[in-house]
Amino acid sequence: MIAVELRKLALRPRIWVSLFLLCLLPAIVGVFLATADFAPPPGQGGAFLSAVLSNGSLYPAAALALVLPIFLPLSVAVTAGDSIAGEASSGMLRYLLVRPVGRTRLLVAKFVALAVYILVAVLLVVFTSLALGLWLFGGGAEAVGGPSGVTSLSGPALSTTGLGLRLLGAISYIMISMLGFGAIGVFLSTVSDSALGAALGALAVLITSSVLETLDAAAVVKPYLPTHYWLSWIDFFRDPVFWRNIDSGLLLQAGYIVVFFGAAWANFATKDVTS
Amino acid sequence: MIVTRALTKRFGRTLAVDSVDLKVAEGDRYGFLGPNGSGKTTLVRMLLGLVYATSGEIELLGRPVPKRVAEVLPEVGALVEGPAAYAHLSGRRNMMLLDAAGKGGSMRTRKRRVDEALEQVGLASIDNRPVKAYSLGMRQRLGIASALLRKPRLLILDEPTNGLDPRGIKEIRELLSTLNEGGTTVFLSSHLLAEVEQLCTRIGVVDRGRLVLEDHVSGMRAPTGRILVDTPDPAAAAALLDGQLEGRDGERLFVRHADPAGLNALLVQGGVRVTAINPERRSLEQVVLDVTGSGSDRFDGRAS
Repeated sequence: MIAVELRKLALRPRIWVSLFLLCLLPAIVGVFLATADFAPPPGQGGAFLSAVLSNGSLYPAAALALVLPIFLPLSVAVTAGDSIAGEASSGMLRYLLVRPVGRTRLLVAKFVALAVYILVAVLLVVFTSLALGLWLFGGGAEAVGGPSGVTSLSGPALSTTGLGLRLLGAISYIMISMLGFGAIGVFLSTVSDSALGAALGALAVLITSSVLETLDAAAVVKPYLPTHYWLSWIDFFRDPVFWRNIDSGLLLQAGYIVVFFGAAWANFATKDVTS
Repeated sequence: MIVTRALTKRFGRTLAVDSVDLKVAEGDRYGFLGPNGSGKTTLVRMLLGLVYATSGEIELLGRPVPKRVAEVLPEVGALVEGPAAYAHLSGRRNMMLLDAAGKGGSMRTRKRRVDEALEQVGLASIDNRPVKAYSLGMRQRLGIASALLRKPRLLILDEPTNGLDPRGIKEIRELLSTLNEGGTTVFLSSHLLAEVEQLCTRIGVVDRGRLVLEDHVSGMRAPTGRILVDTPDPAAAAALLDGQLEGRDGERLFVRHADPAGLNALLVQGGVRVTAINPERRSLEQVVLDVTGSGSDRFDGRAS
């Protein structure tokens, strides 16, 4: 069933358009940076942008920082929201269930397909931006030492393999973060018969979470907001890797996945399919 | 094949299906009739485990539903409330995906299964255009092909001829007859009397969620004991038949008589010319209209 779900995703033009757009944004930014040829002042602009000019192989990290706050969650919300509700509105849900595909099996397949989609999206962004970064800014034998601030790297130079490993860690972390958010979308998708409604619901969660994140008065709930640790993947690029936020982030996202996937399952397995 | 006991489904305050006891035997061609909104589709969905019953029991091919529905569904083909497909893909691709989604059925024989099913419904040489470019009739055929994909023992079809032209309707009817002769039980839910009358041997009529009638078509349409006589000499005939005449409508006489041939001989001997003579049968339409109210798509001044 997982293979079938993946094939369905691959046969969807919409999916390829979303992947293309995800890669396009960092490319546009990269071209502007390269043509302007001066770095944004440290602490402003996207993470890593100021460091990129001296070393193009750092551009994937900058690209991830660009797509993470809105673009990536947007495409995840659309894909997750479409998972069950899309089948319901096309009428295929009933035919899949009487094929028969077990409800649990279908839900798991949808979730795995979503995970693969996220992974492919992140990898594509990384590879296209790596190629672009190297081409525009050069590989930079010079040490990667960034200015101070949240968005910078601390300490000594990183070897290329070190950078690769850190990138791998960051990719996995982003994937888990997105999956936690995607679980919310999948849950909403089992509640509503409208894919659009489910995607918008997930986006509403994202926006609420981002708003509360900037609100000091909401300090109590902040550590539990889905977006709270999203940017902690940056800590993979510190030396040594700063694990505390990464660990909390992983734990939080695991919680979101368990709770919302569980809720999606509980709802879907007992639901009357009248679509 | 299908047995339900006191099957009831309540959506909020509306009672969609009200203690229905249905019995469909193996090899039946069962017609499930009822006005719009009488609970036909809800019942079909319950049989397939899509909707869960509020109370009552269902047995499908001898196994309880929804508890062990996964074991029986591979042997059931279904068309529920119109066909569905991924509109951006071709019909063949849709069938391949659907076949791959179900357990069993090896990959090597998949193409053959799909081709066979498409051929059965007359879509053998369908091209690669996406389903969104299909006509209503083609979609309907594709839906039936999907139902036939795994050579089911039981076919549950909801309005299978919807959107088909007269030739298409006839083809599908012949296909269902052939399948039935090959041992497939056919459960056909419809509000089209003619469709059911021509295909089915047993009929269940549902009205406002209740099963109001379940019988063999032959039983429902048994002769009423009256004979219809058409004659250009109605007055002479009436005089001749005196006591047996039950009614008269222009040139048509309603005669209480046991034997049409005998009656004909009697009339001809009496010098009455006869245009037509036939034993009266109740039409299925009459039977169904007698036991059902108006459908729920009608909202008259006063709720009854």
